[in-house]
Amino acid sequence: MIPREPLTITGGQLLTGSGAPSAGSIRCEGDRIVATGDVAAQNGDRTHDAKGKIVMPGIIDLGVFEIDKPAFHFGGITRAALMPDQNPPLDYPARVRFAASYGKPDLWVHPIAAATRGLSGEELPELGLMQEAGARAVSSGRQWLADSGMMLRMMQYAAMLGLPVISHAEDAGLTGGAVATAGEMATRLGLPSAPAEAEALAIMRDIALAEIAGAHLHIRQVTTAAGLDLVRAAKKRGLRLTCGVSPAYFMLSDIATAGFLTFTRLSPPLRSEADRQAVRAALADGTIDTIASGHDPRGPEDKRLPFVDAAPGMAGAETLLPLTLSLVRDGVIDMARLCELLCVNPARILGVEAGRLEPGMEADIAVIDPDRPWIVDSNRMEAQAGNTPFDKQPVQGRAIALFKGGQRIEH
Amino acid sequence: MSDEPTPSSTRYPAGGDAFPHKHLIGIAPLAPWEIHYLLDEAEQWVRLNRQPAKHADALAGLTIINAFFENSTRTLLSFEIAGKRLGADVVNMHAAQSSVKKGETLIDTATTLNAMRADAIVIRHSSSGAVQLIADKVDCPVLNAGDGQHEHPTQALLDALTMRFWLRSDDCPLSDEFAKLKIAICGDIMHSRVARSNILLLTTLGAEVRVCAPPALMPAAIEQMKVTPYHDFDAAIEGVDVVMMLRLQMERMAGPFIPSAREYRHLFGLTPERLKRAAPHALVMHPGPMNRGVEIDSSVADMLERSAITRQVEMGVALRMACLDVLTRRARGVEGWNSL
Repeated sequence: MIPREPLTITGGQLLTGSGAPSAGSIRCEGDRIVATGDVAAQNGDRTHDAKGKIVMPGIIDLGVFEIDKPAFHFGGITRAALMPDQNPPLDYPARVRFAASYGKPDLWVHPIAAATRGLSGEELPELGLMQEAGARAVSSGRQWLADSGMMLRMMQYAAMLGLPVISHAEDAGLTGGAVATAGEMATRLGLPSAPAEAEALAIMRDIALAEIAGAHLHIRQVTTAAGLDLVRAAKKRGLRLTCGVSPAYFMLSDIATAGFLTFTRLSPPLRSEADRQAVRAALADGTIDTIASGHDPRGPEDKRLPFVDAAPGMAGAETLLPLTLSLVRDGVIDMARLCELLCVNPARILGVEAGRLEPGMEADIAVIDPDRPWIVDSNRMEAQAGNTPFDKQPVQGRAIALFKGGQRIEH
Repeated sequence: MSDEPTPSSTRYPAGGDAFPHKHLIGIAPLAPWEIHYLLDEAEQWVRLNRQPAKHADALAGLTIINAFFENSTRTLLSFEIAGKRLGADVVNMHAAQSSVKKGETLIDTATTLNAMRADAIVIRHSSSGAVQLIADKVDCPVLNAGDGQHEHPTQALLDALTMRFWLRSDDCPLSDEFAKLKIAICGDIMHSRVARSNILLLTTLGAEVRVCAPPALMPAAIEQMKVTPYHDFDAAIEGVDVVMMLRLQMERMAGPFIPSAREYRHLFGLTPERLKRAAPHALVMHPGPMNRGVEIDSSVADMLERSAITRQVEMGVALRMACLDVLTRRARGVEGWNSL
């Protein structure tokens, strides 16, 4: 262990996870926060002057496909939940243990265990042993677990262990080989498409199964009006249900796929403008609990192909914060809600002692300048690949200092 | 060019401004006068092709590569004949024999063709958007000979040329205005690039277009392309001037899309009785190859006075000659055709 003097961050606007930003300081000892608010640095403390900028918890990215430390640190992300869709998949305790230790000390990876062996949808893997190895949730990855009986048994087992189940809501019978949402754009481009209702159909089933199993269901991406209505209704009934979305779905509609731009080939595919507006409304009214990057850097060998043949996914870690901040500027959400979406709720779902600036919490802290302008450039990204649909787009907001467990991350 | 004065509806700017496009990827970016320009340009080649000596030297010394990543007989042959009649050196590349099968990416194949200094590349590919992808990587003009379910622009242009020839002929009672035409396109609209390009072209020229298919073969939101969708063929064909039948891909016949060929013919086949519902002068078209007795009866396909199916093939060569000629003019330094 590196000996660590206490750390005091002074002169910031504290976004603690409850309420609007307010002027204050924060003091950490070891890897934990010990005091917030009107606290002063003590003799021997390392100090950091936030110079009036926002001091918030490090972002917890709930669902990434690649451990890409430079991109995460650029984006103010200190913890990332790793999807099981790895090669090989996270379906064995040793693989989970390796993934859990991979990023330490300056990035904590929370592996999400594969819901079935090899993600093939047939056999239950050793969920209990994977949980002990560090798995914080279970997921079928970026695919639909078609066998409802298998899904139910897996959910019941996960409920017994207290692991949340992260589902991918696209009925594969409807989507088949589709790469776009049925509608004018897909028709004009001649792309294989599936009705947006494939999402609602999948959500309906998973809600019903989660209710039987008593499991905590988290739907990683809810991107349609119909799907969000189902989530809203189920939450009203008091179900343990949470859901998320990534910025592409509140920033872009399927119009962005014009010209067959493979950086807009995502899973689920981009939706209609009406659905995009529904996502924004659901972010405003609290239906959506988390915003995640879905970070999936893909090089030209996966993306410089015809649209149908290109791999889905986008490099999103660097743009997660500025695009979410755009919701604040547009008046869709306020800063307190931004903190809930990016930090508080992901921490709660994963069951980790982070995501809030409170005494006792892990000292994962991001100092951000919410107004700093920069331009997204796919040729000059920190990520392993620059597959962003936001290329050349001017954005605002950047992490200017990042601390993990009280240690400054030099970036 | 035609010796007759240009009708006002087809007036277009002089020189290269008449067709300010480097490639021919689709109908979507074309303006009405650009479409008419290509049709007008094709007429000289129709006349040439009807002479015993069918040769011009416009493209002498140029190399045209026909890169077909998907099987084709008639389109490939049509492009090959078109290039050769213009005096170009035409090379055909079949995907089945190419390094594509060895795992080479499409982009690498494109840069290879480019490095061989082709003067025009004609591409057919099974993926929508693949031709655009290649066009972005090469220096010479690229002609789309069909990409997935997206576009097949030369087919739509040759269909329009066929219609215009018919409209201007003595045995057609109509004027030559596309805006007054009613056209029904029937068949597998969902998987058809021919349907998309024809819809775009005909609606751009102002025609009334109806599309007819069983629900499983009708694309979503097709009415957004300014057409009227029908599931009842009898209603769709009522009073139309042109009936355009599409090939039903036999591999999609049984199973998930359609119960059987027999039932398809019963509901969507063009029979002599059904054709009576169309206008008495109605023209019958089909891009081929036909499944006789499925989407079209032999007695309709072979009607001399009504069927334009072989005429379409004839127009295809002339139209493709026009496209190759026009698109290579900038490189050939034709007067008035400055680089874009």
